[in-house]
Amino acid sequence: MKYLCLICAETVMEQMPEAEAEQHFEEYSQFTEDIRKSGHFIGVNRLEPPHAATTVRVRKGKVSTTDGPFAETKEQLGGYYLIEAKDLNEAIQVASRIPGARIGCVEVRPIAEDSRTLRALGLVAPDTPR
Amino acid sequence: MTDDTAERVRERVDAVYRADSRRVLATLIRLLGDFDLAEEALHEAFTAAVERWPREGTPANPRAWLVSAGRFKAIDGLRRRARFDASMAELAARLDADPGNAAAWDDEGVEDDRLRLIFTCCHPALPPDAQVALTLREVCGLTTEEIARAFLTAAPTVAQRIVRAKAKIRDAHIPYQVPSRAELPDRLDTVLHVIYLVFNEGYSASSGASLTRPDLSGEAIRMGRLLVEWLPEPEAVGLLALMLLHESRRAARTSPAGELVLLADQDRSLWERDQIAEGSALVKRALSSRQIGPYTLQAAIAAVHAEAPDAAATDWAQIVGLYDVLARADPSPVVELNRAVAVAMRDSPLAGLVLVDAILARGDLAGYHLAHSARADLCRRLGRMAEARVAYERALGLTRQEPERRFLERRLSELRD
Repeated sequence: MKYLCLICAETVMEQMPEAEAEQHFEEYSQFTEDIRKSGHFIGVNRLEPPHAATTVRVRKGKVSTTDGPFAETKEQLGGYYLIEAKDLNEAIQVASRIPGARIGCVEVRPIAEDSRTLRALGLVAPDTPR
Repeated sequence: MTDDTAERVRERVDAVYRADSRRVLATLIRLLGDFDLAEEALHEAFTAAVERWPREGTPANPRAWLVSAGRFKAIDGLRRRARFDASMAELAARLDADPGNAAAWDDEGVEDDRLRLIFTCCHPALPPDAQVALTLREVCGLTTEEIARAFLTAAPTVAQRIVRAKAKIRDAHIPYQVPSRAELPDRLDTVLHVIYLVFNEGYSASSGASLTRPDLSGEAIRMGRLLVEWLPEPEAVGLLALMLLHESRRAARTSPAGELVLLADQDRSLWERDQIAEGSALVKRALSSRQIGPYTLQAAIAAVHAEAPDAAATDWAQIVGLYDVLARADPSPVVELNRAVAVAMRDSPLAGLVLVDAILARGDLAGYHLAHSARADLCRRLGRMAEARVAYERALGLTRQEPERRFLERRLSELRD
């Protein structure tokens, strides 16, 4: 069976003091390595913080976008897609076609692809130059 | 180089800065892919101009020269910083390899870049107040202070909005482009709103010594023209018409001494007939579309004023009729107030006063100086001088514009006589 483990926290990487962030990345690096070895690993990503989020809704065929993450009042996370898109406009266009956008909303959040994250999560070869 | 010639070159650079710095910035943003990098590059480019134009002469195409110099300085700067951060080296190499569309550095391309810039600044993934602040900052070059005054907000709040908006553009990869034809109509609404705000800031500056800042209104009109050329939607046409019709009265709005002159008292021979003709033609065009929105209606009202040979000949009945339609399209208290003033002209000051008082009784427009000055004027015409005085004083306390203050003070002193 497959699962999506959604990581929620009040403090995100960008807000941590350097020493704490360093340790946090190290812990992630170790954990990712461990579950790759144990065969539990399918995929991982770090998300950019909520300020980079955009929420898409489609009602009566009309796409509306608003700044920020979706508000967690009645709407609950039901699934996810991990997509490739050349920019936010394309991502919004794709997201607006997800059937759930017509009933609820789809939060579109960019994936963090800074080199430090990629290295920590083992998403690039470790000898990639700094 | 004599001091005289050096002085002239500096003046030339200043003139180019005033006329073209925003357009150069828009192109640099496209070429460098980053607002802050582009702003630094712009600054460096003008610094280079001040140093080199005295020696080399003013270039034939100053904008292209500045874009080229800015881009070069930016890449150079990134290379120096690359010693400490490898990602800068990567970026520098990528920018260097791609000179951008060379043809797009000349006039045609630069116009498109300003459109790209305004649509990007008005992207719906940005919060609305950030869209306005960012456009005013990047497209029009207003300072944070000026933007804050225009919106009656604190400057640090505005600064923060702008910083966050740039971060969102960068982190979410909002592309620097004009929307596709399919997306354009929706995206246009925000852009029109922002352009009109800019025009108003130039037409009647929110504070300070002078009543108007013509360069901003000119900017807004230029942006309006670009839009109409690119996307002649009826409301874009309507907005341009509105701006032109307002602009046509600029010379008559202030006396030679800089005093405020009301519409009814203006010397109509000072009105710009070319702008009126163009504005009126655009109004007809917008009205014929049957997609009649608030800008078009406001422009139609302005056209009725413009076509009257003198104040007494103004067709107030038609104006009130247009306000009736406008109030349905845009049911805001300010529209209601303007309609009340028109009703006072069509019917009687008392009829108008009843409407103004209804608005104020609801608590609307309590902080809007024009509501109180309208009330004051109507009371004055009705001979209710004590009430007029109170209302003029209220308005005086709320306006931050020098010519308006002097006007209100004059009215007050006339009451005392």
